Amino acid sequence: MNIISWLWDIQGGATLGVIWAIMALGLYLTYRVLNYADLTVDGSLTLGGAISAVCVAAGVQPILAILIATVGGMMAGSVTGFLHTKFKIPDLLAGILTQFALYSINLRIMGKANFGLLNEVTLFSQIKDLGIPSKWAGLLIGVVFAVVLIIGVYCFFGTEIGCALRATGNNPHMVKAMGANTKVYIVLGLVVGNGLVAMSGALLAQYQGYADINMGVGTIVIGLAAIMIGEVLFSKKTYFHRLAGVVIGSVVYRIIIAFVLRISLTADTVIKITADDMKLITAIIVVIALVVPGLKDAALAKTSAKEGE
Amino acid sequence: MLDIKHVYKTFNKGTPVQKEALIDLNLHLEEGDFVTIIGGNGAGKSTMLNAVAGVFELDKGHVSIDGHDVTKDPEYKRAKYIGRVFQDPLRGTAGDMWIEENLAFALRRGKNRSFRWGISNKEREQFVELLKTLDLGLEDRLDSKVGLLSGGQRQALTLLMATIKKPQLLLLDEHTAALDPKTAKTVLDMTNKVVTENNLTTLMVTHNMNDAIKYGNRLIMMDHGHIIFDISGEEKKNLKVSDLLAKFEEVSGKELSNDRMLFAK
Repeated sequence: MNIISWLWDIQGGATLGVIWAIMALGLYLTYRVLNYADLTVDGSLTLGGAISAVCVAAGVQPILAILIATVGGMMAGSVTGFLHTKFKIPDLLAGILTQFALYSINLRIMGKANFGLLNEVTLFSQIKDLGIPSKWAGLLIGVVFAVVLIIGVYCFFGTEIGCALRATGNNPHMVKAMGANTKVYIVLGLVVGNGLVAMSGALLAQYQGYADINMGVGTIVIGLAAIMIGEVLFSKKTYFHRLAGVVIGSVVYRIIIAFVLRISLTADTVIKITADDMKLITAIIVVIALVVPGLKDAALAKTSAKEGE
Repeated sequence: MLDIKHVYKTFNKGTPVQKEALIDLNLHLEEGDFVTIIGGNGAGKSTMLNAVAGVFELDKGHVSIDGHDVTKDPEYKRAKYIGRVFQDPLRGTAGDMWIEENLAFALRRGKNRSFRWGISNKEREQFVELLKTLDLGLEDRLDSKVGLLSGGQRQALTLLMATIKKPQLLLLDEHTAALDPKTAKTVLDMTNKVVTENNLTTLMVTHNMNDAIKYGNRLIMMDHGHIIFDISGEEKKNLKVSDLLAKFEEVSGKELSNDRMLFAK
């Protein structure tokens, strides 16, 4: 076993982790803060990747391409929000409908199922041209984006509008009784959340050098894995801790995946674990993360009940 | 201050569980009226409050507050005139948010919310002073989650939130019913204090006839979706529970008896 290759696994995992963490921050906003299980994200991540790739290929400045992709994601979020608040379509279904429609839209944008960016100027190639080694350019860009967004989202939560959004996820009755329109905040949360998800997809497309129609498959589960790993590892004291926890969770998730692949590559097992098995492994991680806190509570309740006897 | 005119509301229309909750309901409140509302289960007490708050659309009729016709306004728009405390202590506050965040949110009732900070330091000082008046030790716990408070503390906080920005109308929907008797009394005294000190126009639903007589300047009794008895001033002060029971039998032709009312002596 080569210790250097393990270190590179950590480095590569961290790079992918921070880029995907932007998606996880968006999902955190809808899933945890707004209490809305938004399945749009699978489509909006791909949408971000598609817009970003097509724009870069057309010669648009890479950073601008990312911003355009973000706006695209925001529009996707607004569609889901509109379907849910205006037509009273249940949250899960509203998200699934938008995601389903986005599949066609994403194919239209790219014109094909896989859109390569060979030799195009991307944000990552630009940073490399500044003299930063290519292995570190990705990590640097990812960390800068993640840090800026953590601070941005944290500050947003502190504003009057951010407070109203958090309160909407927590107690919509109270929000209405206090004169705020919960529908506005649901739509706003979905817009911002999906904007972040698309931004993540946009960065990812430029980082890996292609956008793919299936790049968003399972986004919601990957995001949940990141959120839940973050919650296990990090305190929930303030929103700053929680948001940082999401990013750390995303990085840890990617490193776990990299290690699993490394082990299966080197170990002499009957069944070789490949990248195709990662969805199964991710689902298992999320199930464990969902079940363990419940078991812990049950165990605590049992012991305290015994003490009470 | 408040006008309810010929209001009708039927729930689950055209189904076997159809319920005519409000039938030709009329009520006029003067500024500063503190009205207690009693009546049996399903009499329409909570439905009347919800009709005023805009929780549902009316089938017929009009509601106006302080001269503004709010019949067509959704709940969140009317909230600029109305402070509310609910029966369920969990309903009036955001449990995952801090005490100061809840208060700051309430301070902005009916105002446009912007990208300004949700709380200012000046407001924090104001909150400390206000929380001191509750005498529950909450002034030292501005950054505690509301979910950690007891039901009574939470209800006291909700009352403070409902009145922190003086409402034109205060709606109290059995807001002490979920509390133990001692805490209920504390919250009721607090209510009486804040209502009389600020001369708030108030509607308070209660199942406790003693409280209904003791507090407020006017008492109304409801049955079958409308008001069957309305008494105020000196007459109300001299009321006794037995009078109320007799009155109910006289008007409605049945006994005013449900377990909660009989036990709530």
